Amino acid sequence: MLILLLLTAVGMVVMQSAVGGTDARFADQARNFYVAFIAMWIVAVMPPNLILKLAVPFYVLGLILLFAVMFMGETSKGATRWLNLGITRIQPSEMMKIAVPLMLAWYFHSREGPMKFLDLCAASVLLLVPFLLIVKQPDLGTAILVFGAGFFVIYFAGISFKFLIPVMLIGVVGIGTIYVNQEQLCDDDFDWVVLHDYQKHRICTLLDPSTDPLGKGFHTIQSTIAVGSGGVYGKGYMNGTQTHLDFIPERTTDFIFAVFAEEFGMYGGVTLLVLYLLLIFRGLAIALRAPNYGERLLAGSLTMVLFIYVFVNVGMVTGILPVVGVPLPFLSYGGTALLTIGIACGMLMSISKYRPPQSQG
Amino acid sequence: MFDFNKNDQQQKNSFTLRVIVAALFAIGCFGLLSLRFWVLQVDRHEGLSARADSNRLAVVPIPPRRGEIVDRNGEILARNYLSYTLEVVPARAGNIDELFQALTPIVFISAADQRRFKRRAAESGKYASIVLRNNLNETEAAFFSANSLRFAGVQLRARWVREYPQGKSAGHVIGYVGRISEGDVSALEERGEIGNYRGTDIIGKKGIEKTYETTLLGKAGLEELEVTSRGKPVRVLRRVDPTPGSNLVLSLDMGLQRIAEEAFKDLRGALVAIEPATGDVLAFVSQPSFDPNLFIDGIDVESWRLLNESPDHPLINRPVYGTYPIGSTYKPFVALAALELNKRRATDLISDPGYFEFGGQRFRNSGSTAFGTLDMHRALVVSSDTYFYSLGPEIGVNNLHDFMKPFGFGQLTGIDIEGERRGVLPSTDWKRGAYKNREQQRWYAGETISIAVGQGYNAFTLMQLAQATAVLANDGNYMKPHLVRTIKNARTDEQTQTVVEAAYKIPLKKENLQVVKRALAEVTVSGTAAGAFVGAPYTTAGKTGTAQVYSLRGAKYQSSAIDERLRDHSLFMAFAPVTQPKIAIAVIVENAGWGGSVAAPIVRKVFDAWLSRDPKNKPLQSNVSATRPAEVLVPDSTREPARTRQTP
Repeated sequence: MLILLLLTAVGMVVMQSAVGGTDARFADQARNFYVAFIAMWIVAVMPPNLILKLAVPFYVLGLILLFAVMFMGETSKGATRWLNLGITRIQPSEMMKIAVPLMLAWYFHSREGPMKFLDLCAASVLLLVPFLLIVKQPDLGTAILVFGAGFFVIYFAGISFKFLIPVMLIGVVGIGTIYVNQEQLCDDDFDWVVLHDYQKHRICTLLDPSTDPLGKGFHTIQSTIAVGSGGVYGKGYMNGTQTHLDFIPERTTDFIFAVFAEEFGMYGGVTLLVLYLLLIFRGLAIALRAPNYGERLLAGSLTMVLFIYVFVNVGMVTGILPVVGVPLPFLSYGGTALLTIGIACGMLMSISKYRPPQSQG
Repeated sequence: MFDFNKNDQQQKNSFTLRVIVAALFAIGCFGLLSLRFWVLQVDRHEGLSARADSNRLAVVPIPPRRGEIVDRNGEILARNYLSYTLEVVPARAGNIDELFQALTPIVFISAADQRRFKRRAAESGKYASIVLRNNLNETEAAFFSANSLRFAGVQLRARWVREYPQGKSAGHVIGYVGRISEGDVSALEERGEIGNYRGTDIIGKKGIEKTYETTLLGKAGLEELEVTSRGKPVRVLRRVDPTPGSNLVLSLDMGLQRIAEEAFKDLRGALVAIEPATGDVLAFVSQPSFDPNLFIDGIDVESWRLLNESPDHPLINRPVYGTYPIGSTYKPFVALAALELNKRRATDLISDPGYFEFGGQRFRNSGSTAFGTLDMHRALVVSSDTYFYSLGPEIGVNNLHDFMKPFGFGQLTGIDIEGERRGVLPSTDWKRGAYKNREQQRWYAGETISIAVGQGYNAFTLMQLAQATAVLANDGNYMKPHLVRTIKNARTDEQTQTVVEAAYKIPLKKENLQVVKRALAEVTVSGTAAGAFVGAPYTTAGKTGTAQVYSLRGAKYQSSAIDERLRDHSLFMAFAPVTQPKIAIAVIVENAGWGGSVAAPIVRKVFDAWLSRDPKNKPLQSNVSATRPAEVLVPDSTREPARTRQTP
């Protein structure tokens, strides 16, 4: 809890600098935090077994909404992600970040006992259906998070390392191959079949951002310059030049870390990472002490989702991962993402609070 | 293969192991990130710091200069002028009011400018560069430059602003540019072209400006600057020059365009004139028109309301967007179909009692005149509906469809302007696809009858009629119609012709063409359009037509105007001279009644202007005029050399 407050404080302070003294968005973000904390509190007082019971309806609802998006969703910026409910627009894929680990945790919980091959298949289906629907939207960032969340549940549920290690090896070799053959792969005529053109470009510009300095590589180049110019100690709060001269794109949302790193330097960056790491350890500790299987899986995977958030976002800002739309928890501007994270933290707190197994069975 | 935990304790142990592995993984990844920080912030930072203590790198895009648009004689339709703006970064400018005071003797800044500046400064923050004044004149700009050192944080910027010197004339052809909207941004992102628009704030929205957007835009350049910690550029590390957009030379002749527009007076309608041998569009009129200059900086609410809510619909590009049943102007093509498909000979006589009876139903001539016994020639000259009614069932709807398709009816002509509609060239297949109801999908024989006189389901654009007329005049050679004749590379002056040769040739028998052309020539001598062409020093082949009213946008008309707007549309298609045609034209005048009285006189004016112009005073494109002999305006002169450029 203390860590959360600390991160919130950091988030607000950085936001202040990122928006450059205009307080409309600053106040907005404060309100978002407020809403997120209320959501967190509501979830935190719910008993964990109730949360687990909500898994199925929540998941099914999310899935229905995802299908609805596919057929009647609203398109913006080339992607169909939103559903217009008349009153407000919602983004069902955001919901799946919570719903998928919840559902899988519930599934393994209810099947408590030996993990059979069939279970793995069932779990994979539960995971892959929403994952593919989101990839199709297309929203690679969210898809990665959803996939990661589900993957960690399966991992914690006890998928064999014997199975896992070869898969990971294939992954590493695959990425290596892409890296080595990038020139052919990034040729315009080469069709990647599975990935959208813009996703292909994202990966290609990551491999060599200088090929298109004004277009696809723009974000990466500018953000690495900003981070790099911060140096060891940073330029000091509100003194980031790159940030304030409008060089950083999306500096209040996905690229807010560039602002932070420029102003607070390497010490600041590492400190922030340590804070996140503490949060993750705390989450994992909660998972270890959780009374039953389902809660353990849930706590573990939610924590790891947080980890993926941070890793992917910071990796993208510093130019080691492709630019995918993943916000930085607590720092990035945006109500929905904060709400999701708030709910996730709420669940963790709920699990940690109802620790005595006797009282809740 | 799978770890399996028999009891809770074992399960817990396994879980603990997995948590530890996950934690290690997280630490590892974060370690990786920290390493990256070190690389960026320590390793590379040192390298930069050694060069310039507090200087930073910045990549600044340089927008390209947009191509210009000129007509075939070099008259300018769209150009750019340099406009100076004064921009201020509040954070660096110190006390704003003092700044205004100091600036005033050099550059006039009105109270409104100051208010607007303060409002925008409050919105966008201290570090944004905010426009203080637009449109500085040369003197002011020079004055400020001389004194610029005194004003920190104030910058003089020059940017290109689009301008359309022709005003309303040819407004629909040029279209306009406007601010890049959110919708444009997502479309550009999807196509991966957004990078080329950094630094550019306008994009083609309509007309040629939109159709040739990529050609006109050019390619953005960039500058890698070293800037001080306060954002002042110190030196340029690398510069990639922008590539200016290409210039477009239209096939349009603005002189002719203006004559055609004036000929409409206050009437609504459309006109397209094409040079049959080349497919050059010589005039492209949509009346009423609008002034594209209104849109460049974002149109104001009042002007927009006037344009958008006017019952005359000035924003609709009528030649390509309005679809009409073209009435009797369709008859020459139906006649040609009958001859080519051997359904009827030109000499066959048909009796016209004023109506055609089919399946117990009477299809009447318009005006119910009885023309007596007719051959094809006379049927065209007097425009007998009965003659063509009877052709309908003989040819059959699908045969007619297949014959008309290569003429471009109900097809996209492929003219290089956005917003073209296809219309409908009816066939049994079309009807099956167009209706859901089983009953409605059936084709009734009676429907073929009204099709043959250009009514019924037929819905063509005026562009299609003009193109078909040009193809007919050109003996079946289909030249793709085009508004842009050449694309000129602004840097190398290299020229690219857009259309060089015929897309295809419709095989037509010479004698059949002769029958139709002779009849059309007679129309302007003794037929329905004779009045309009009295005393013309050239021969004309044409056909009048009347289209039953087909509203452009549904029935949203004011009640007071209804009567006038329910009148029929007046149509005329024509080409001249009859042999070796130099111009083919189609015109529609909305709600003007009978074609011979309103539409044909407009064509007369355009033909007079085009065929009597002195080629020495009004040169065509240089390479053509060099090889071109003085024009002899003797009608039917078969020895007159064909236009050289692309005569197939």
